[in-house]
Amino acid sequence: MNDQTTTATETAELKRTALYDVHVKLGAKIVPFAGYQMPVSYRGIVAEHAAVRERVGIFDVSHMGEVTVKGPAALDFVQKITVNDASSLAHGQAQYSAMCLESGGIVDDLLVYRRGDDDFFLVINASNIAKDFAWMQQNALEGMELKNVSDDYTLLAVQGPKSADTLRKLASADLDAIAYYHFVDGEVAGVPMIISRTGYTGELGFELYFSSDTATGERVWNAIMEAGAEFGIEPVGLGARDTLRLEMGYCLYGNDIDESTNTIEAGLGWITKINKGVFNGRDVIVKVKEEKPHRKLVGFEMNERGIPRQHYDITVNGERVGEVTSGTSSPTMGKGIGMGYVESRYTGIGSIINVMIRGQAVPATIVKLPILKKG
Amino acid sequence: MNFPEQIKYAKSHEWLRQDGTTGYVGVSDFAQSELGDVVFVDISASVGDELEAGESFGTIEAVKTVSDLYMPVSGKLLEVNQIIVDKPETINSDPYGDGWMIKIEVTGDASNLLDAGAYGASVGH
Repeated sequence: MNDQTTTATETAELKRTALYDVHVKLGAKIVPFAGYQMPVSYRGIVAEHAAVRERVGIFDVSHMGEVTVKGPAALDFVQKITVNDASSLAHGQAQYSAMCLESGGIVDDLLVYRRGDDDFFLVINASNIAKDFAWMQQNALEGMELKNVSDDYTLLAVQGPKSADTLRKLASADLDAIAYYHFVDGEVAGVPMIISRTGYTGELGFELYFSSDTATGERVWNAIMEAGAEFGIEPVGLGARDTLRLEMGYCLYGNDIDESTNTIEAGLGWITKINKGVFNGRDVIVKVKEEKPHRKLVGFEMNERGIPRQHYDITVNGERVGEVTSGTSSPTMGKGIGMGYVESRYTGIGSIINVMIRGQAVPATIVKLPILKKG
Repeated sequence: MNFPEQIKYAKSHEWLRQDGTTGYVGVSDFAQSELGDVVFVDISASVGDELEAGESFGTIEAVKTVSDLYMPVSGKLLEVNQIIVDKPETINSDPYGDGWMIKIEVTGDASNLLDAGAYGASVGH
């Protein structure tokens, strides 16, 4: 047996989150990811995935990066570096967005939180923290201050239909009053934090940003595990985080989007507000939109046995028309699913494509997102 | 971690249970544990195929990874275990029992395979 897809990395220089010891004690399988030693699974990806879909799961995603932007020019800066319209955000509201190069290529996707008129909180991918922060500094304006506060925060995601029931026992704030993509400053287990109704799973869920102090992290984690025990809460690793997001058709930076892809072909036209004014990459994006992209990111499910994997070719009538960017066995659907770029003329919903799996053309159907249709 | 004494192991984590010229092949407890949930086994070799030691006879897929399966010894493929085709998770729950993958007629020399102690040591157990 020879593993073809995982890569070993030196573990010596890897960072640990405040909850590292907790993960080890829980028997997590720890892997290097974006410079951190992160839990990829505890009891098994399939069981953890099901816990989030059916009950509630808790994820340590403290590897994610956070940047604060403050000052009178903060809004102008966010408008310049991101594609979504941050001026439409109320205080206490968040939006999904992307930062683009002048070429239209995606530097990163991110969450933009508006804490005040002149106060924004940006959440970026762990693998891109250094690159993103340098890019932000390069684009900085007079009258604003940027701070990379990534090491100051523990970030826990509590996701699943029982997430609100779990956190309600511990939270100072009225969770039911927090609308989707909104947040409040409150306390959970007596610890001050940002309580955000966001997530990467497609389920009801919350993300909690608070002090990266180890004792504080363990206190909050343990309190949530205890509060969720009656609902069957489970710790969930990065493995199920990936299968959960892929069932929803959410993009993963480095797989589905990167500096060689633009937001239009990636299906992120809905966050790309070309009428908001000038922003990085706008000229190219407008042109792509007018001329129609030659390829599009699609979601698909396999019609026969077989699991699509990143970089597998996609063919139609024996001709290569695209490539898989993310693929897995869907724990909920019990079959292979994936996303990939395909030449636009073959991207109609219901179209049949082939995924080349070890030399065999295995048919798949392009589906509307999310790939998982919930009853 | 369980490495039964009565079977032999390849460094590539397959095991061979031999009885006369008949052999059964599967993957070790260590292998299934490293893989996590096994979701698909594709035996690409066909019944009747004569395979060399070290030759790939198929692939095993977990949620996140795909790995090749190698013959621990030269042999002729006699049977594919339908249980692991229909219920690949059996490899996680019973890697040395119902989770066997193929039945072969052993035609080569298995003497260079590892015993349980040596294999266990090689994977740090």
